[in-house]
Amino acid sequence: MPEAPAVTPDEPVIAAVGLRKRFGTFEAVRGLDFTVTRGECFGFLGPNGAGKSSLMRMISSVSPTSDGRLRIFGLDPATDGPAIRARMGVVPQTDNLDQELTVEENLIIYGRYFDLPRSECRARARELLDFVKLADRAGSRVEPLSGGMKRRLTIARSLINRPELLLLDEPTTGLDPQARHVLWERLYQLKEQGVTLVLTTHYMDEAEQLCDRLVVMDHGVIVAEGSPRGLIDEHATREVLELRLAASDRTGIAGHLGDLAVRVEDLPDRVLVYTPDGDAALAILRAAGIHPVGSLVRRSSLEDVFLRLTGRTLTD
Amino acid sequence: MSTPLAIRVWEGQLMTVWRAWRTAVALSLTQPIIFLLGMGLGVGALVDDRVGSATSLGGLSYLQYLAPALLATTAMTAGSFEATYPVLDGFKWRRTFEGVSATPVDPRGVVHGLMLWWTTRLVIGSLGVGLALMVIPSTRGWGVPVAMLASIPTGLAFAAPLASWTATREDETSFPPIQRFVITPLFLFGGAFYPIESLPAALRPVAWATPLWHGVQLCRDLSVGALVASDTIVHLTVISAWIGAGYVACRIAFDRRIRR
Amino acid sequence: MSQTVSTLTRVLPALPGTLRRSSRMVERSVMVYRRTWMIIVSGFFEPLFYLLSIRIGFGALIGDVTVDGVSIGYAEFVAPALMASAAMNGAVYDSTMNIFYKLKHAKLYDTVLATPLGPTEVAAGEIMWALLRGFLYSVAFLVCITALGMASSPWILLAVPACLLIGFAFAAMGMAITTYMRGWNDFEFIPAATLPMFVFSATFYPLSAYGDWAWIVQVSPLYHGVALVRAAALGDAGWGIVGHVAYLLVMAAIGIRIAGVRLSTLLRT
Ligand SMILES: Nc1ncnc2c1ncn2[C@@H]1O[C@H](COP(=O)(O)OP(=O)(O)OP(=O)(O)O)[C@@H](O)[C@H]1O
Ligand SMILES: [Mg+2]
Repeated sequence: MPEAPAVTPDEPVIAAVGLRKRFGTFEAVRGLDFTVTRGECFGFLGPNGAGKSSLMRMISSVSPTSDGRLRIFGLDPATDGPAIRARMGVVPQTDNLDQELTVEENLIIYGRYFDLPRSECRARARELLDFVKLADRAGSRVEPLSGGMKRRLTIARSLINRPELLLLDEPTTGLDPQARHVLWERLYQLKEQGVTLVLTTHYMDEAEQLCDRLVVMDHGVIVAEGSPRGLIDEHATREVLELRLAASDRTGIAGHLGDLAVRVEDLPDRVLVYTPDGDAALAILRAAGIHPVGSLVRRSSLEDVFLRLTGRTLTD
Repeated sequence: MSTPLAIRVWEGQLMTVWRAWRTAVALSLTQPIIFLLGMGLGVGALVDDRVGSATSLGGLSYLQYLAPALLATTAMTAGSFEATYPVLDGFKWRRTFEGVSATPVDPRGVVHGLMLWWTTRLVIGSLGVGLALMVIPSTRGWGVPVAMLASIPTGLAFAAPLASWTATREDETSFPPIQRFVITPLFLFGGAFYPIESLPAALRPVAWATPLWHGVQLCRDLSVGALVASDTIVHLTVISAWIGAGYVACRIAFDRRIRR
Repeated sequence: MSQTVSTLTRVLPALPGTLRRSSRMVERSVMVYRRTWMIIVSGFFEPLFYLLSIRIGFGALIGDVTVDGVSIGYAEFVAPALMASAAMNGAVYDSTMNIFYKLKHAKLYDTVLATPLGPTEVAAGEIMWALLRGFLYSVAFLVCITALGMASSPWILLAVPACLLIGFAFAAMGMAITTYMRGWNDFEFIPAATLPMFVFSATFYPLSAYGDWAWIVQVSPLYHGVALVRAAALGDAGWGIVGHVAYLLVMAAIGIRIAGVRLSTLLRT
């Protein structure tokens, strides 16, 4: 791990104020304010096109900001890009491995870009290949690897310089459950060691598992911010009652439940009742003569929050 | 059944170059003219100044000697290119041949379509040099269009055998060496720029075995109107033999590749 | 040969910051070509074939030519020009098709820019690699020329740095032009520029043969390259050399500048 952190513990690793990104006339990121502190895992959630990757690329100091203030390790990416990037690991959304090199060479040369001595690169490459279970493919070209293997290699590559800050843009997309869990464990270990993690994901369970804090983005702006638990408490009820009902029973549910139904959502295939107590709500409905074809009481999840905040319909 | 498929292969190949046709046509017309002006006129002046050079060139000026030979070398270059990268492209990257033959599996149609395409491509390629020959007064003549036609089998004599080799390849690594050790030496030593009598005696039979030397002779004799019947028969026989062997090899190799 | 290369890259880390970071791109290319060294080695045969052809064929047809009142064998006259042209062609290939593939298809530079390397360092590194390759080819060319007895002056050793300069100028300009390429079809224009230069740069006959049109020839950058290499090969020093060097240096500087700026705007979106 980095011997002498240039940031004091209370100074944010990333600080953004009014951050914007424009592509021509289109504005992908429209004024973000957030800070990420040392050692935490910070997540960005948001539907497709929300601006997550655009933001990640600005943080990784390759994409210039259009407006606002961005500081990483207290440095300005516009002037100190190389110094910032030297202390950072990046897993981009799409794998961009070096197709002309082998699996092992991909890691070695990447380490060389960070000025690591050759022997060190080789040693770390071996260790990382073991970690992502690609040691037996070390001499293989990248092209014939499966999608998940390429993803694992990209993740291994991002760790070669033992970064203080790791940016992961949808790291587990395309990974099988085993690989996903192994990665989660490793990310947890890294966090324990003081590495700051910033990730985007479309898997709510992943965000709940990993993130200390997260923001939900939509159309380039932040629509909510907090811890996973805090967001659920704030934007959802404790429980959700899912009902499959005959068409005639659908209307008037809210009327029967009164205060017990904070919100009722009428979906094509089922009805969702957001409620502090699902079993009590179900009992009341049964007593009122409504007999669901199927019913399920569950704790509300981050997914409920996400859908609540960003809507159920597909945005562009 | 096979004819329409052949036509579809031909069409497919044509469409891929059609988009760039303006550049391609403009370049294939101007490049030979530039080369001829530079080499034929400039070097020609040096050659023609020297006493005795005309004798070794069979009484021709250097421009008259070189220009028709370029019909044959251009055909060789085009034919050998078309039989390598684009053919591998069809098998491997774009998989057009496999796509084309997916319904009724018919490697024969693919081979025929390619032969048709190469011919088209060679005709287009011969226009540039042909035009240059017609523009320059000392090379103008009725033999030029016939010589242009004669360059087409020369190109096919390279394309067909090479395509059968390409059909057995998984990647393009062998193409640069072919270019370097076969095509370039033939271009330089194959009798286009100077008589092969200049070569060491041991190398001359090698030149005689290649389709290029025969193509060069054929185009040259035709364009200056100095055809000798017996020689012409030999030239045509050698070139046809290469095309025939290449065709058979293609049929076998494409069959194996597509049906595997 | 790969021995030479790895020795060279081992020396490079001693260089300061930017240069050292650029050298990482060279290191990568060495890694890639280590497996396909046969292609590079087989490239050494090309000069041999060309030189032999000139000697066997044209030597017999042409005999001697007169340059500035001095009569020399035709092969001796053309060999330096072929060496200069080879330096141009190698640099152009490395800096156009090769770079375009890495830029647009392999997205290599997107990867590299996530590391401490910046766009200018990437551009410089790729040009360094083109030069390194050019250096190896030039040496091979020189060996062929000497072995075939086509060199008359020991000054011909200076043809190697001259070829490096040619390679530098063309690689820089080639890279600058490549950043404007929209697709593979645009590369058809490259030979449209290099072929006329190859034919009309006092390559195959003296400048005097062009008469009143000589000034057009003198616009061609390859002409200045040919003149430099020929001066070295014939041991023929003169003030003109300063002009040739200056021309190529200016071309290199303009190319580097454009390539750096353009790569930044292309990659830093
Ligand atoms: N280089 C670019 N040029 C123009 N527009 C861009 C560019 N990159 C991104 N955009 C646009 O910016 C918007 C946000 O894209 P971005 O990739 O940041 O979304 P995202 O949140 O990462 O989405 P996803 O979940 O699909 O990965 C999109 O509308 C996209 O079209
Ligand atoms: Mg994204």
